Amino acid sequence: MNTPNEATQTAAPSLAVFLRQNMREYGILIALVVIMIFFQIITGGVLFRPVNLTNLVLQNSFVVIMALGMLLVIVAGHIDLSVGSIVAIIGAVAAVMMVNYKIDPWTTSLVCLILGGVIGAAQGYWIAYHHIPAFIVTLAGMLVFRGMTLWLLGGMNIGPFPAEFQKLSTGFLPDLVSLPELPLLGSLHSTSILLTLAIPALLVYLSWRSRKLNESHGIEVEPFAFFVTQNAVLVAVMVFLGYQLSTYKGFPNILVIMGVLIAFYTFVTTRTTIGRRIYALGGNEKATRLSGINTDRLSFYTFINMGVLAGFAGLIVAARLNSSTPKAGNGFELDVIAACFIGGASTTGGVGKITGAVVGAFIMGVLNNGMSIMGLGIDFQQMVKGLVLLAAVVFDLYNKQKS
Amino acid sequence: MSTNVILEMRNITKTFPGVKALSDVSFSVEEGEIHALCGENGAGKSTLMKVLSGVYPYGTYDGEIYYNGQLKKFGSIKDTEEEGIIIIHQELALIPMLSIAENIFLGNEVAKGGVINWAEATRRTTELLAKVGLKENPSTLITNIGVGKQQLVEIAKALSKKVKLLILDEPTASLNESDSNALLDLLLEFKKQGLTSIIISHKLNEISRVADKITVLRDGATVETLDCHAEKISEARIIQGMVGRELSDRFPKRVSKVGETIFEVRNWTAYHPIHSDRKISNGINLNVKRGEVVGIAGLMGAGRTEFAMSVFGRSYGQKISGEVLINGKPADVSTVERAIKSGLAYVTEDRKQLGLVLINNVMHNNTLANHKGISRNFVIDEYTERKAANEYRDRLRIRTPSIYQDVVNLSGGNQQKVVLAKWLFANPDVLILDEPTRGIDVGAKYEIYSIVNDLVAAGKAVIFISSEMPELLGTCDRIYVMNEGAIVAEMPVAEASQENIMGAIMRSGEKV
Repeated sequence: MNTPNEATQTAAPSLAVFLRQNMREYGILIALVVIMIFFQIITGGVLFRPVNLTNLVLQNSFVVIMALGMLLVIVAGHIDLSVGSIVAIIGAVAAVMMVNYKIDPWTTSLVCLILGGVIGAAQGYWIAYHHIPAFIVTLAGMLVFRGMTLWLLGGMNIGPFPAEFQKLSTGFLPDLVSLPELPLLGSLHSTSILLTLAIPALLVYLSWRSRKLNESHGIEVEPFAFFVTQNAVLVAVMVFLGYQLSTYKGFPNILVIMGVLIAFYTFVTTRTTIGRRIYALGGNEKATRLSGINTDRLSFYTFINMGVLAGFAGLIVAARLNSSTPKAGNGFELDVIAACFIGGASTTGGVGKITGAVVGAFIMGVLNNGMSIMGLGIDFQQMVKGLVLLAAVVFDLYNKQKS
Repeated sequence: MSTNVILEMRNITKTFPGVKALSDVSFSVEEGEIHALCGENGAGKSTLMKVLSGVYPYGTYDGEIYYNGQLKKFGSIKDTEEEGIIIIHQELALIPMLSIAENIFLGNEVAKGGVINWAEATRRTTELLAKVGLKENPSTLITNIGVGKQQLVEIAKALSKKVKLLILDEPTASLNESDSNALLDLLLEFKKQGLTSIIISHKLNEISRVADKITVLRDGATVETLDCHAEKISEARIIQGMVGRELSDRFPKRVSKVGETIFEVRNWTAYHPIHSDRKISNGINLNVKRGEVVGIAGLMGAGRTEFAMSVFGRSYGQKISGEVLINGKPADVSTVERAIKSGLAYVTEDRKQLGLVLINNVMHNNTLANHKGISRNFVIDEYTERKAANEYRDRLRIRTPSIYQDVVNLSGGNQQKVVLAKWLFANPDVLILDEPTRGIDVGAKYEIYSIVNDLVAAGKAVIFISSEMPELLGTCDRIYVMNEGAIVAEMPVAEASQENIMGAIMRSGEKV
């Protein structure tokens, strides 16, 4: 009745079928592109200007970085409401260390990242080992760390920081060779334009290799036409954005860090046993535990990881503002959580992708940026962002019911 | 008996993306009869009943439903319930923290203007409970009564809705023998009062006992309808229809080759996780040898699952004491991870809650308990993993379109095979199987017995927990009998019989 390897013998699905099956994944990406084009038009071409693109990256880096950790927390079946307050307390600690005690930025950063991990561990301890709902524990954390920030800063702003520290969020990659002014292309940042060409080439090579490898193992791959189109679009978009950035000051440092982190967490979630276990934990904790997996420890780790990333975001925010304020990071938790849900994470755990969360974060970022350029007030911005979040989740649910 | 046809389903076809679940099925039920629906898992029984009860509304299937001679186009469960067609699903739909009365009238409250008349609700509940022979207070919470009684509450709930056609999906799957018998007697009693019922069951002895007619489905199509009054229908006859061939023996033959003791539990005592003064395991001594299948018999609630789980990484209970020896040496089984490392595996009776990550695919579930086997330095080798999953799919004949299918979409028997595959992949020396054939069909059961045989032939040891005594007698070498958390008898299978086992249980009860 069942022939062996029956699945591998079926022909590759047609393009239409394939698109329908992967609707959610591409839907969100298409939504991002549509939103970007919409704002490009309505702002009279401001959105894609090199200066603005650079700003977009700088403004959103910390949301993206926290979304990476939040996605793991949400997939594991938890939530973390305290990340905005962690951003604030880490910024405050960094300020006190560097400004009041003149400690160098490197030591300060290291201490702050560890402190972020400790804060994550403190909350994770109650959630993982005492099974207190994450909502409650991190709600408490949100208040406690905000209060600590106020106390530490005495209600004032502390700054400015050493120039070296500011480079974290305002620095750019060094220009290795200064390129001459080129016809048509203009003056370009050498390192950045090199990366602009090298990274897409590397990605195309990797996906081509993985496709070949899959084929040789008899695994179903997406239709060839689709593969080509997908890669062509990806390359075109990356080269365009990279080129735009290269005509200005080049790639911000933070863009590179962000890229490395995204690649790292994508790898962890899709290719490692730890990632696999987090998905299993969110899908069915009891079954996972009975399969010999220490689910408590796994939950604990996701919160430590979240704490470190939130701490890192705290440093970026402080460096960007060049001062630590008691209000830093206010409401960030909502942007970060929204990014994950827009990106397709499930509220009940077990489902969600790093790429989805990143795209979700950029959707929020472009909305913020575009509406600011249009001159819309914070009032309208919040209404629109709220509705987009709702629409994304409704779309998800509708999709799920249809299949 | 009247010969009015109360229900006729004509040429029902229902397709899901990629699968034809029902193909041109016709089925008719006469008023006042008990009509059994038999078939292997995935034969389409539940789908057919979901079409009938409006879970799949009119328009999502092809074909016609005539009820009392009229063509019906049911749009929802509410529509069918108004007509008196009530379905009781295999997984009971009761709210644990609400009372019996609240559950019975849930969605159908005895209320005026939104205000509930509790006195009237309680009075009516008492009446309904008397009808189903359940002696419980209407205000008792569902969580505090056993599964058998919960099943009766479901039936009382159906009665409260003026049921005319009662559909029971595997009503006795999780009941012990005496509760099952009580339930079947109740059905026969209702039949006398004119109630029509459709019963889906894998327990053929029960079907032969109560059914007037038997319709057999196979691969989404009607095979035949047998009239139990016209001729005597044997279980073998029903099985033949279900599997399409004669199943000469329900238990595959095995030559046992029993070796030295591999697994031993000494003086195992554990207490209830909440009520810390209640013993759930009481000084249990037990051993299994290489190549041996050892059964643990007992009634529902005898403490077999609790014992097995307390041994397997202390997953149940507290204040656990006792010793576990593997190959004669004390083994550390204090966490699930260590128990697995010691060579132990526990295949749970509750595959949905405790056995599977339903939203993950077959492959991911298959390898969940042995990530070491598919990874190096935490990095998963997807080709090794894929190869393993395909191998187990073929070996255990897991029917799934691909190993990338989410297990939630598989039928019960195939889900059970995925749980087994998971533990086989972990390569244990001792497997504890807890009700491994619950709720699955004859064909799949046979396959699971065969897998057990293969395992012991390979020198592993199996502990087989089951409430179905014929199954234990057919598969085991030796049987322990458990009652109230203690081993009350041990017998080689040659000396064991259903009477012996029941006798041991009864005698132990008297002593207390």
